[in-house]
Amino acid sequence: MTIEILMPALSPTMEEGTLAKWNIKEGDDVRAGDVIAEIETDKATMEVEAVDEGKVGKIVIPEGTEGVKVNSLIAVLLEDGEDASAAEATGARSAPSNGADATPAAPTPSAPAPAAPAQPAAAPTAAEAPDWPEGTAMVQQTVREALRDAMAEEMRRDGDVFLMGEEVAEYQGAYKISQGLLDEFGAKRVIDTPITEHGFAGIGVGAAFAGLRPIVEFMTFNFAMQAIDQIINSAAKTLYMSGGQMGAPIVFRGPNGAAARVAAQHSQDYAAWYSHVPGLKVVQAYSAADAKGLLKSAIRDPNPVIFLENEILYGKSFDVPELDDFTVPIGKARVWREGTDVTLVSFGIGMTYALEAADRLADEGISAEVVDLRSLRPMDTGAVVRSVQKTNRCVTIEEGFPVCSIGNHISAVLMQEAFDWLDAPVINCTGKDVPMPYAANLEKLALVTTGQVVDAAKSVCYR
Amino acid sequence: MAARKSTRGKNAPDPQELLGYYRDMLLIRRFEEKAGQLYGMGLIGGFCHLYIGQEAVVVGLQANCKDGDQVITTYRDHGHMLACGMDPKGVMAELTGRAGGYSKGKGGSMHMFSKEKEFYGGHGIVGANVPLGAGLAFTNKYRGNDHVSMTYFGDGASNQGQVYETFNMAALWKLPVIFVIENNQYAMGTAQKRSTSTPALYTRGEAFGIPGEEVDGMDVLKVKAAGAKAMAHCRAGKGPYILEVKTYRYRGHSMSDPAKYRTREEVSKMREERDPIDGLRKQILDGGHADEDAIKEIDKEIRAVVNDAAAFAQESPEPDVSELYTDILAEA
Repeated sequence: MTIEILMPALSPTMEEGTLAKWNIKEGDDVRAGDVIAEIETDKATMEVEAVDEGKVGKIVIPEGTEGVKVNSLIAVLLEDGEDASAAEATGARSAPSNGADATPAAPTPSAPAPAAPAQPAAAPTAAEAPDWPEGTAMVQQTVREALRDAMAEEMRRDGDVFLMGEEVAEYQGAYKISQGLLDEFGAKRVIDTPITEHGFAGIGVGAAFAGLRPIVEFMTFNFAMQAIDQIINSAAKTLYMSGGQMGAPIVFRGPNGAAARVAAQHSQDYAAWYSHVPGLKVVQAYSAADAKGLLKSAIRDPNPVIFLENEILYGKSFDVPELDDFTVPIGKARVWREGTDVTLVSFGIGMTYALEAADRLADEGISAEVVDLRSLRPMDTGAVVRSVQKTNRCVTIEEGFPVCSIGNHISAVLMQEAFDWLDAPVINCTGKDVPMPYAANLEKLALVTTGQVVDAAKSVCYR
Repeated sequence: MAARKSTRGKNAPDPQELLGYYRDMLLIRRFEEKAGQLYGMGLIGGFCHLYIGQEAVVVGLQANCKDGDQVITTYRDHGHMLACGMDPKGVMAELTGRAGGYSKGKGGSMHMFSKEKEFYGGHGIVGANVPLGAGLAFTNKYRGNDHVSMTYFGDGASNQGQVYETFNMAALWKLPVIFVIENNQYAMGTAQKRSTSTPALYTRGEAFGIPGEEVDGMDVLKVKAAGAKAMAHCRAGKGPYILEVKTYRYRGHSMSDPAKYRTREEVSKMREERDPIDGLRKQILDGGHADEDAIKEIDKEIRAVVNDAAAFAQESPEPDVSELYTDILAEA
């Protein structure tokens, strides 16, 4: 019986990678623990060790191949006594290395659509006045690259800006957001901290009181729970408590919300929590252009800004304007797609469901307008109200918990400011009211789904 | 406050220096007594933590500071503000919640600041000011100056986790910060021996390689001398230093504390035998540094300053209602 070597997943969110190098060739003997290959993801290059021993029967995917799906067959090992023909047979059986077939057989959830990593069917285009002049040259960038460029540009612009956090310097960022920054700016301005969120968040706030411009990276916002006293009691309230004498120009940033299969303590969406607090600004970008433009604005802002990112969006590419100093103002929503029948309001990763749902609704003859809030505090509720005055219906989409959610707030605003325009109750599509489960099928059920959004939109349209 | 330089021999105290400490400590004492009085009259609300008994700590330590050194402390902060040279009128008016207060009446007793005097609060969350103080020191190091952050906290706060997170980073990064543990022996109503496994708080930095020293906090000259040593260490770029200053608060934890956790005798004994202001007065008179008249002159002067502050704090109007919605966010 031959042994199949499959493309390994090297992180919870990895879907594909580049098979950079084989350290073995056909005919070699391999023992468990031998480094047999190097694989590159958008975050890192990792070595792959053999798990079993045997003779290399066939290299199925040649080195240098990009976009190799996780779990596709990359090589075949022969056990004692087998010859190369056995490997050929194996290769023939499963060579079509199309990842979709090879992913672990997760039970299909009863909810209709797959969750997080879904891509919108077509690159969405802005329907409203864009954030850059017409004719601006665009470049494709991942959200990850856009965030790094935003920090690098602001650090070049202002010597008081520095980055601190766990693994931001020598490791180049736990999620590789700070890649290259240590090389350019040195250890004085790109600072690895011990794993003590409460302490380094407080040091960052103190430095901001004294006039520096810290960017504090949390490896994830789940860990910022350790530091939330410094964020709320020290950073957010001091300007008010000092009668305007001193505040904290600081950015707290990092991935927020569910990644993939990391369960309850690593998957919470804090958008609603921070949006509750006066004295903070809260931002969550969806696209790379917004990530870049909003992060630059956040770094320049004289107030504490909570900059929520999403691990699943880090590797996603978007058009980013090629401008010397591109910023997006905090507090301005963006209409991603114009429509007439129903308004879908979302932000961050929620936009993937909203845009996908809008495509599916279009197929069914329902024209959905999609509003990306981008900033949660201050929130551009005017943009939502204007849209609802046109469509008379609204569905909100977010991954966070349902009680006291961002959607709840929007519902209340619409009730107070657009009651006469509403033709149906607003529906809030949210994550479920449960701690995030680990099992693949339960996790999908716990998150908001595109199917849920489509159903909600039809419901408010009485279809 | 600027350091007062001695013009005499090394061990002979300068009369002006001694009288200066006397004046500064007395200002705090009389100010706090007046605050207690105004609280009793209902003119000051909420929590009000008085510094009476601890005056020598901040007066002795601030004597080593120069312009640009920063100060940050907890909620028992009135003494620190006065020692930083903040205007007693503005401090008292903040206590009464008036527009003339340092925070326009929006901060109160526990939350006051002065950018001008490098006083960074006034923080109401026990222990939270310790990383903030290290952040001030971080800024000094980042900017490459020789300023030092004076970070004051109590024996209660010295059990908080974030204090040790801060000790670690401050030592690792050699931040110029003096951690001053004002050990008044009671964390609110809990005696130190009931809350603290090892009593020697000055050794709490040993695990991080931070030198520490125990100081008699009822003797302003001893406090000043210990502070000078710590300050030299920090200014020389050798990293943080811990001073555990043994002191005593005569009043309750706050105005609403009946202080049933200690005996009246314990408090009286401390007041009679160890009072820092009485002690210094005696030293001045016995040493012939000044006469009774000079002391009385200072007493009179301080009473006038405090009465003016109290009058200002009552005359200053309440903040305009429009202030409710100002200072929440700075203009971008």
